Amino acid sequence: MRNVLPLALLLAAAIALPWAAEAMGQPATIGLATRIMCLGIAAASLNLILGHGGMVSFGHAAYYGLGAYTVGILWEHFRLGEPLFGLIPGTNQLLITLPVSMLVAGVASALIGALSLRTTGVQFIMITLAFAQMVFFLFVGLKAYGGDDGLLIRRRNIVPGLDLRDQDQLYWLCLGFLVAWLFLQWRIVESRFGRVLEGIRQNERRMAAIGIATYRYKLAAFVIAGMGCGLAGALTANYLRFVSPDLMAWQKSGEIMVMVILGGVGTLLGPVVGAAALVGMEYVLGGITENWQFFLGPILLAVVLWAPGGIMGLLGRGARRG
Amino acid sequence: MVEHVLSVRGLQKRFGGLTATDDVALDVLPGELHALIGPNGAGKTTLIGQLIGEITPDAGHVVFCGEDITRLSVAARVKRGLARSFQIVQLLDDDTALANVALAVQARAGHSFRFWRAAGSDPALLQPARALLEQVGLTRAETRVSDLSHGERKVLELAVALAARPKLLLLDEPMAGLGAAESLRMTETLRALKGSLSILLIEHDMEAVFALADRITVLVYGRAIATGTAEEIRANPAVQEAYLAEDRPE
Repeated sequence: MRNVLPLALLLAAAIALPWAAEAMGQPATIGLATRIMCLGIAAASLNLILGHGGMVSFGHAAYYGLGAYTVGILWEHFRLGEPLFGLIPGTNQLLITLPVSMLVAGVASALIGALSLRTTGVQFIMITLAFAQMVFFLFVGLKAYGGDDGLLIRRRNIVPGLDLRDQDQLYWLCLGFLVAWLFLQWRIVESRFGRVLEGIRQNERRMAAIGIATYRYKLAAFVIAGMGCGLAGALTANYLRFVSPDLMAWQKSGEIMVMVILGGVGTLLGPVVGAAALVGMEYVLGGITENWQFFLGPILLAVVLWAPGGIMGLLGRGARRG
Repeated sequence: MVEHVLSVRGLQKRFGGLTATDDVALDVLPGELHALIGPNGAGKTTLIGQLIGEITPDAGHVVFCGEDITRLSVAARVKRGLARSFQIVQLLDDDTALANVALAVQARAGHSFRFWRAAGSDPALLQPARALLEQVGLTRAETRVSDLSHGERKVLELAVALAARPKLLLLDEPMAGLGAAESLRMTETLRALKGSLSILLIEHDMEAVFALADRITVLVYGRAIATGTAEEIRANPAVQEAYLAEDRPE
């Protein structure tokens, strides 16, 4: 609990960010920060299975995209006034779209996870990638929802008491969900379930030998992670007011994984720090050159070679020295 | 008639042209310490693998406490009261000795789909774990496994297996790589366990085997060639020919 003070300061700074951005005449920062919050949730959820469970899923963007498309499709049916499959009415209520997004992502990750988790290692990486590509091409072919071109969401979802057209309020909402998700994940990691997950990462054979049916626990973690990513996608759709298959392309899966590795695998805040680092680099380097990813490569290489604990590992080392 | 804790019949396992387990029959009685000896490559570890469920036999049956468990998963067998230790220790290296045992206690205490309360400070897990470490004589409870000595890890391996509260414990060379004093301590620990549960012990340390075992089965080229008390095994000419001769100095 000795970490409470720095965390509280960090949270206070995050809450104050919109005012600081206005004061410094940099309102664009608020949008960037909102993206970081959304991607932070996605990266944190991947970290649950990758960092704590040792499951290298290379298809995590599928759940991100499914969460986003759930918001988009519900909006589309709300706009047109005709129910989906003639049954499910559309809606623009955030308190409905978010849980539905998580549910959709959860069901998808349960199906994909149930099959993928029968494999391990490189096969697992490949099969999660393959499933994500299937989802990607499904939405590319779905002309009713814009296919390749994606789907425009003219107005953000509605929450009683908030006005999400105001970018500050949208930012605080995303921050709130990030904090809630991190808190939830912290509890999970410290719980009995988390101990089992950690044990599976370290030595699955040992876990079986003490009587743990590892498959069920891996699947449960996979579904929780998928639901977290669905939440991130739903918030992203509200931020962008646009969804397209790009959100679930394999490059997006790679980006989310880079955030986890860059920030620090298996740490609570690492994925968020990684998301901030990547979005920040894209903004700064992207302002200099269109091919900013050319510079991302060496940076990532340096982290993997000299800072295997990521940015959080470096910070920890600095803190111990100081 | 006494019900066998473990009863193996006609067990068969081939790896390509090699018959690692060749029509093995084996019985373990309640409370018995049964040693399984045999030269390197006799198929002892393969046999343990089939008993615990990591390896599927080609033919034959494994009956545990009257139930045919031949097709059950490892976890299901452990739930029924089987546990094993590994010849090459299988532990969670990043965790402390105490956390390793606490996790095994947790696995016995029912399902682990509990997502909210912290497990690391739960006295319901830590107290039994501490007691087990005391029982095997491991004092450095808060030390990470990667910082423990080989001898300490072997002892911890035993504590983790005991945490499952098995009716039958399969021990795969618990003394391998131990020094003389450590071997002696392990022998004493096992002797103290005797009677409270059944043990199937694979061991190369003949001194320990003859000191501990109620009965001994000799495995050669995947075949169980003899079963009997220490005296019977010592006197058995086939065993002397196949196995004990190896240990005799030239």
